[in-house]
Amino acid sequence: MGMTITEKILAAHAGKKEVRPGDLIEAKVDLVMANDITAAPAIAAFEKIGVDNVWDPERVVLVPSHFAPARDIASAAQIKRMREFARRLNIKWFFELGQAGIEHALLPEQGLAVPGMLILGADSHSCTYGALGAFSTGVGSTDAAAAMATGETWLRVPESNLFIFHGKLRPWVSGKDLILYTISQVGDDGCRYQAMEFTGEAIRSLSMEQRMTITNMAIEAGAKSGIIAPDETTLEYVKPRAKFPWTVYQSDPDAHYARVFEWDASELEPQVSFPHLPSNTKPLSEAAGIEVDQVVIGSCTNGRIEDLRIVAEVMRGRKVHPRIRCIIFPATPEVYKQALREGLIDVFVEAGAVVSTSTCGPCLGGHMGVLAEGERCLSTTNRNYVGRMGHPRSYTYLANPAVAAATAVAGVIADPDDVIKRTEVAL
Amino acid sequence: MRGRAHKFGPDIDTDVIIPAYYLNTIDPVELGKHCMEAADPDFSKKVKPGDIIVAGKNFGSGSSREHAPIAIKGCGIGAVVAESFARIFFRNAINIGLPILESPEAAAAIQAGDEVEIDLEAGRITDLTTGQTFQATPLPPFMMEIFRAGGLVPYLRQKIERQRAAAQGA
Repeated sequence: MGMTITEKILAAHAGKKEVRPGDLIEAKVDLVMANDITAAPAIAAFEKIGVDNVWDPERVVLVPSHFAPARDIASAAQIKRMREFARRLNIKWFFELGQAGIEHALLPEQGLAVPGMLILGADSHSCTYGALGAFSTGVGSTDAAAAMATGETWLRVPESNLFIFHGKLRPWVSGKDLILYTISQVGDDGCRYQAMEFTGEAIRSLSMEQRMTITNMAIEAGAKSGIIAPDETTLEYVKPRAKFPWTVYQSDPDAHYARVFEWDASELEPQVSFPHLPSNTKPLSEAAGIEVDQVVIGSCTNGRIEDLRIVAEVMRGRKVHPRIRCIIFPATPEVYKQALREGLIDVFVEAGAVVSTSTCGPCLGGHMGVLAEGERCLSTTNRNYVGRMGHPRSYTYLANPAVAAATAVAGVIADPDDVIKRTEVAL
Repeated sequence: MRGRAHKFGPDIDTDVIIPAYYLNTIDPVELGKHCMEAADPDFSKKVKPGDIIVAGKNFGSGSSREHAPIAIKGCGIGAVVAESFARIFFRNAINIGLPILESPEAAAAIQAGDEVEIDLEAGRITDLTTGQTFQATPLPPFMMEIFRAGGLVPYLRQKIERQRAAAQGA
């Protein structure tokens, strides 16, 4: 019987001809990543393991992204500890403020995540890199420390589920809507311990950025990883950036899947996830009109240049509703600079939005956009748990960047088409 | 291991266990003060050392933050019994030596305030208040080995020391 792309990557890294779901393997890792929150316990664990150096200083990535620029003295101390650890052990990929951005946008952009890799990231959204055809999974700090020390990890080979999206997407429907819809169908723990593989005409038509939005949220269905087999779009993205050699794996036609889901993407309208679970997702038409206080646009889910272009398309010449605070945070300095060059930042500032530095801050209620009791936020981020963005009695809705921009202008959750029709502007 | 049960529903995520706002420290006691704060602001004050969390499905979903099992240990909780655990939380708990047991029957039957006894090696959960006994899903032997060593760090330390000794002997 054939193997899935996930099984092939894991077999190759375990030095085996084949692996099957349920097998416990010891596998070599190609890349280990930690951020300013997760590096702190990882460094503490690393120092107790009893080795002097990381297994390969060119394959460890440290990104201060969550509480950076330092939110307070304690956060500054955590970042300092990480910086000193990187210097002391000659870790090549420590990204200082100014080069650092949101980790899961940064690694693919900088060519550090490439097809065929086995990547461990001490952050649950590390499944993002599966969009490049890598096996990538989120782990805790101790697992990251162990991999930094030994270059290996143990894994249980997951069962794979196949998600096939047929058809063409309607206007304003994006990768975000495909993954929100998927999560609503399988549930928050619907793919627990499993891999999610995405394919089909609608997936192949997507840019790398939108594909990353999809695999980013595999963890929101409890999955171990999300993956999309490399195609021409992937290689066009990878070739000019890759810092490491890559290998393209594809699933065999007779590979075994635990479950296969087939949907017609052309039937979908934009989706909105209601508080307090990503699976609590409904079509936009059922959310339209809900008043919000804040709109947040950015994050490892939707803070890439294509996302900002869509936001600018809706916001250009219009104003953010006077009752709304709209915070836009480009995911990396490269995204920020590109947005500047294209005049997008101008559009946002003219509209009355706030453009923040690249940080994870608002997404996890860390800083730069925390919600007060009773407040509602529509966000392009990936989680809307109780207290995720601030007070335990605040409410987060998740949607794509076009819906977020339309909501910022309308003051209520809104359809981009309606906002554009209602507020015709002379350009 | 014996303690009183504190009961929670399904999908208790890592933001509920320890909100990201407090993740500027790795001190277990400090983290413990805010454990489960979003679900019950006084939780950490109610916990007596050795008490047990009993919860529904998908406990620990969300973030990879190891601060979640650290906060649970830090506030004095001795073990977590749940209908099911989210993958990364499960792994993190084993790695740092927080006892966790998966038993849908125990998770459903045990009520808040019940006195619960846990035999980790046997995977047996006894509700001393009602007299019911439940068998948890056993850990794979490899994970049990890590857990017995006290977590992944001591496990690796022992492994590395063995390798060094073997290299010197050879």
